[in-house]
Amino acid sequence: MDVKIHVTDREGNKQTISGPTDMSLNLMELLKVHEYEVEGTCGGMALCASCHIYINSKNNLPKISDSEQAMLDDNWDSKANSRLSCQIPINESIDLLTIEIAPEI
Amino acid sequence: MIKTDIIIIGAGPVGLFTVFEAGLLKLKCHLIDALPQPGGQCAEIYPKKPIYDIPGYPSIIASELVEKLMKQIEPFNPGFTLGETAQTIEKGSDGDFIIHTSQGTAHKAPVVAIAGGLGVFTPRKPPIENLSIFEKDNVHYIVKEPAIFNDKNIVISGGGDSALDWALYFAENFAASVKLIHRSENFRAHNDSVQKALEYANDGKIEMILNSQVSGISKNNDQIVLGVDSKNNEKFNITCDHWLPLFGLTPKLGPMGDWGLEIQKNAIKVDNSTDYSTNIDGIYAIGDVNTYQGKLKLILCGFHEAAIMVQSAFKKIYPNKNNVLKYTTVTGIKGF
Ligand SMILES: Cc1cc2nc3c(=O)[nH]c(=O)nc-3n(C[C@H](O)[C@H](O)[C@H](O)COP(=O)(O)OP(=O)(O)OC[C@H]3O[C@@H](n4cnc5c(N)ncnc54)[C@H](O)[C@@H]3O)c2cc1C
Ligand code: FES
Repeated sequence: MDVKIHVTDREGNKQTISGPTDMSLNLMELLKVHEYEVEGTCGGMALCASCHIYINSKNNLPKISDSEQAMLDDNWDSKANSRLSCQIPINESIDLLTIEIAPEI
Repeated sequence: MIKTDIIIIGAGPVGLFTVFEAGLLKLKCHLIDALPQPGGQCAEIYPKKPIYDIPGYPSIIASELVEKLMKQIEPFNPGFTLGETAQTIEKGSDGDFIIHTSQGTAHKAPVVAIAGGLGVFTPRKPPIENLSIFEKDNVHYIVKEPAIFNDKNIVISGGGDSALDWALYFAENFAASVKLIHRSENFRAHNDSVQKALEYANDGKIEMILNSQVSGISKNNDQIVLGVDSKNNEKFNITCDHWLPLFGLTPKLGPMGDWGLEIQKNAIKVDNSTDYSTNIDGIYAIGDVNTYQGKLKLILCGFHEAAIMVQSAFKKIYPNKNNVLKYTTVTGIKGF
């Protein structure tokens, strides 16, 4: 199936994008496919925080791992609803998630 | 003025391997890198992670790959300008390129190979008002000369390896006082450093201010006053001589963007059908920094580009000489 994600970019523009659940993509990769300005410098290893987003809707996302938490803790713009989008796999559980791309690092 | 055959900008894996390929053609190289150590992304972002797609190595740790590349290029005796950013490029009257670094070091060569990866590794600066005013004297993103911190009151922010390592270093070496401010209670640094820092905190050698972050800065004679906010909404000030916000480095294309090179999506456009030359004659771009249709940002692709590129560089430097490809198995390695 395809999931839908509501995205607000750094300029405040809103758009709904969709992505396939059967390509083992993560949300950072999906945002890049849709040409959003997330660098994904570390390729999705929770090592760079360039894929930082805020989650603005109720969700049951996977738990934050220690390495993701440590990366977020060392990041200036982190808030309680921060996540690294590379740590969120594209699957049914994130359908209709609302997210906002955090400021550039 | 440093003179050589090929100036290589960027001492990442691709820049390093270029020295080897050039050395086989008896071309001498000098590398410039903004980082204080060679290895590029492998050294700065993932030194301890295994790489699985280097031909011949089922698995190799990134820092080990860098060590092996350094060993491989040793016979060709490359020069290094480390910890300096290649800032400007101009053409001398003899047609050679002259490159000046941020610190003013001058380099001269007929050929330039840009192996700048994702760009210059630059410090991540906290978005605090007026911060830049203090960057000259009191705020430092990289420690270049530890001696200037002797007998000083130092505040370090961050929870990664560089924040912890420098906090430990200054606690052990001559600082008057060391405070470490971190947004949470978890650290991103190596466990050994974290354990040691916690011991030092117990012994009073480091004051740990956790769940807190600096939110403002102002001047007080020669010192600075940091406004700190804690997670439970307390606000307080810390007066100190130096603040080191150490939140890691992130790559930015940097000065190369202003050199008249054709740039596409933060990468330098090259001719991949021939020799990875850029739109400026004599300047090549290889590795992660270049782009062409079908480009893959992989180490092995950068290695291939380096081998092709130095053949073209040879013809540019010696237009009247013909180079015949020889296997290393036949010739061995003749250093210089
Ligand atoms: C977490 C992670 C995992 C990876 N895993 C793999 C993998 O498994 N396999 C694989 O093939 N690749 C992998 N990569 C990609 C690989 O690291 C890059 O392809 C490779 O590092 C590119 O090498 P490079 O020499 O072109 O550039 P870099 O390694 O980026 O080095 C470029 C250097 O140039 C310097 N520089 C730039 N501009 C200037 C300037 N103006 N002045 C001075 N210095 C400058 C920079 O400071 C930097 O040190 C991974 C990358 C990351 C981040
Ligand atoms: S891509 Fe680097 S942390 Fe997500």
